[in-house]
Amino acid sequence: MANWVLRSLARGIRTTRWPRAEETSLGVTPGRPRAATGMSAEAAERCPTAALMPVEHGVAVGFERCVHCQRCRHGATAMPWSGDFEWTGGGPRESVDLPARFRRSLHVRYVDAGACGGCMGEVRLIDAPPYNLHRFGIFITASPRDADVLLVGGPVTEAMRTPVRKAYAAMPDPKRVVAMGVCAINGGVFGASFASAGGVGEVIPVDYVIPGCPPPPLAIIHALLAVTGRAATQVTAEQP
Amino acid sequence: MSTCEDLLGTIGEHGAGIRTLDAGDRHLLEVTTQTLPKLAVDLTSRLRYEFATLVVDPGPDCSHTIHYFFYCPADATLVELVTGIKAGVSPPAISDQVHAADWYEREAEDMYGIHFAGHPFLGDFVLHDTEWPENVAPMRVDFDPGMRVQEPGLGERWHPRRLLSEEGALIFPVGPIWSDYAEAGLWLLETPGEQIRQAHSRLFYKYRGVEKIAEGQSPQRALLLAERFSGNSAFAHALAYCQALEKLAGSQIPARAEGLRVVFAELERIRYHAATIAELAGSTALLVGKSMGQEIEEDLLRLSGAVAGHRYLFGLVVPGGLAWEPQEKALRELEQGVAAAGARLGELEQLLVHSSSFLDRIEEMGTLTPELAASYGVVGPIARASGRALDLRRALPYGGYAGAECTVPCETEGDGYARLRVFFAEVRASVALIRATLAKLPEGPSSVPCEPQSGTALAWSEAPAGGAFHWVRLGADARIARWHIGTPGFRNWHAFHRAVEGVAFQDFPIILASFGLTVAENDL
Repeated sequence: MANWVLRSLARGIRTTRWPRAEETSLGVTPGRPRAATGMSAEAAERCPTAALMPVEHGVAVGFERCVHCQRCRHGATAMPWSGDFEWTGGGPRESVDLPARFRRSLHVRYVDAGACGGCMGEVRLIDAPPYNLHRFGIFITASPRDADVLLVGGPVTEAMRTPVRKAYAAMPDPKRVVAMGVCAINGGVFGASFASAGGVGEVIPVDYVIPGCPPPPLAIIHALLAVTGRAATQVTAEQP
Repeated sequence: MSTCEDLLGTIGEHGAGIRTLDAGDRHLLEVTTQTLPKLAVDLTSRLRYEFATLVVDPGPDCSHTIHYFFYCPADATLVELVTGIKAGVSPPAISDQVHAADWYEREAEDMYGIHFAGHPFLGDFVLHDTEWPENVAPMRVDFDPGMRVQEPGLGERWHPRRLLSEEGALIFPVGPIWSDYAEAGLWLLETPGEQIRQAHSRLFYKYRGVEKIAEGQSPQRALLLAERFSGNSAFAHALAYCQALEKLAGSQIPARAEGLRVVFAELERIRYHAATIAELAGSTALLVGKSMGQEIEEDLLRLSGAVAGHRYLFGLVVPGGLAWEPQEKALRELEQGVAAAGARLGELEQLLVHSSSFLDRIEEMGTLTPELAASYGVVGPIARASGRALDLRRALPYGGYAGAECTVPCETEGDGYARLRVFFAEVRASVALIRATLAKLPEGPSSVPCEPQSGTALAWSEAPAGGAFHWVRLGADARIARWHIGTPGFRNWHAFHRAVEGVAFQDFPIILASFGLTVAENDL
């Protein structure tokens, strides 16, 4: 057993310095297209989810619909892409940030409401050494009764409507809901159908949204910081 | 005598009409519902064919065509049995003898309302009785996918089946919201106190109706679904889907694109297995081991992001090849990154297999015997840990795997430790395959135009969790008319409950982790 302890100590600190310093390592985020002036409507036509919208002076971007399919990233009419990850925006419900006493002790319950392995994989990494969620005093809890924040991924399938509602009802006040990923915001590629509600907001009130398909671990952590006012929310649509 | 001649002889006995396609590798047989079970049993038991997938193609007036696919790993042939049934006719179940078809028949009953005669356990499968009225069949052509079917109050009527009648026996429910980051699914564990005597997996809490909502979509739009219904095996599923479209277009994929597809498919496999190994270490509370695995997983995700633009490789594979040509420099980085990750996983393996407290939790734990594995027809690393050396990359070589040296590691114990060894061995094999493929990667274009025509095609790939079959029918308008996805998750979850019978409660999450399955891949 000593071997594990020594090995653990010998590895040193592997955690990103973000948010105190910028994180620019390649591949920490898929990036996203940005609004651009002077682009022709042709660029927007390649977007299969209508995240790109032709407007008078160029192409606007609705981040809540972008699934990083990368079809606008290459070729002659390529859109500019940025490698950022601080994407969290305000949700449909007007809400204030949680009070200051939550800043160093925030408990989060993750609920899978039809998320694919992408969101599952990314959320599992938020407390892994490269990101280390615990350094912010944010913890994942097994029971919604101990949770201040409900982090929901997936378009909310028919069978998950009731569990999601029950989990929300079991949480003590004050409580906040974060819709994680494009599916949780509006159904994403699955949309609203006989099998999916088409977003968490159809079932319980949503306070914050994290665009992305899937949002990378730093985008998820950014959202959890925003819940307590430790990070600023961003706009979820951009005009050229 | 080759199995092929044997097959033709057997079919002659049954008097069924046969058409041989694809240069002798694919046999299509139109059979009556009476001869179907006998032929299916002959194929699987005598001729050593494996059941691949069952596809229902709905026709007008509630008539259906059912396609049963079998493949022979020994000589890479594929047999398709086709039978048509009229509305209200019950075809015979084959699952009483070909047990691997059990869930496919249950799925077809829920999705189309086809009642398979002789199947003992139909209903409450994909569409839970708690949420859906009994007469709903969403895959039928007349079902409106935009409509929500509601019948409030159904939940009161459903109770889990109880088999154990000892004094004090109870059903311990696990899920659908449970543990830290667990996926939604319900496992009902029957116990008289400490030992799990019976287990029942109730899945499809995540059923998103992928196959139905894809109908009428353009192939390009449905590609987004192929990648996103199971994001951590996105490349493998998108590859199988694109190969089906390429068959319909008659496209010849350039050798460079085929090679690069192999490279990215194997990269995805290494990352998938690294995540599974990390979860398995974490399930036994070996946190340093988990951290080491997660760091490797994260580095591979970053490598994918740097080379392919997306951490889960979304958007890279398209019908006709790859969406763009990765740069030479990026490919060199990929080779180095993969080799480094392979070396670090090797180091982790040495630490894990010499930790007796860890091995105590996985040795002779969650055993799926070779007999059970064969009966349930499990696939992927789970099959290969239970003595079934099945791998579509070798059994039915596709794309760039046709000429590739592809090692298929195999163990026979079928316990958690055997599965762990298979995961590590597959990582080694994948690293070697990536390096060999990059070393002799031919020059040339990395895509060709692909204009799929109307028709049907079956294509497959070996996803990290096992073989995946995508069957696509394009309509005259070149849009998806029917898309069936046979996933490895669907095959393997079928057998999962057998591995937890008889173990203590605290071993359940460990066995679950050792299977390395995602629910998303099952609940389409």
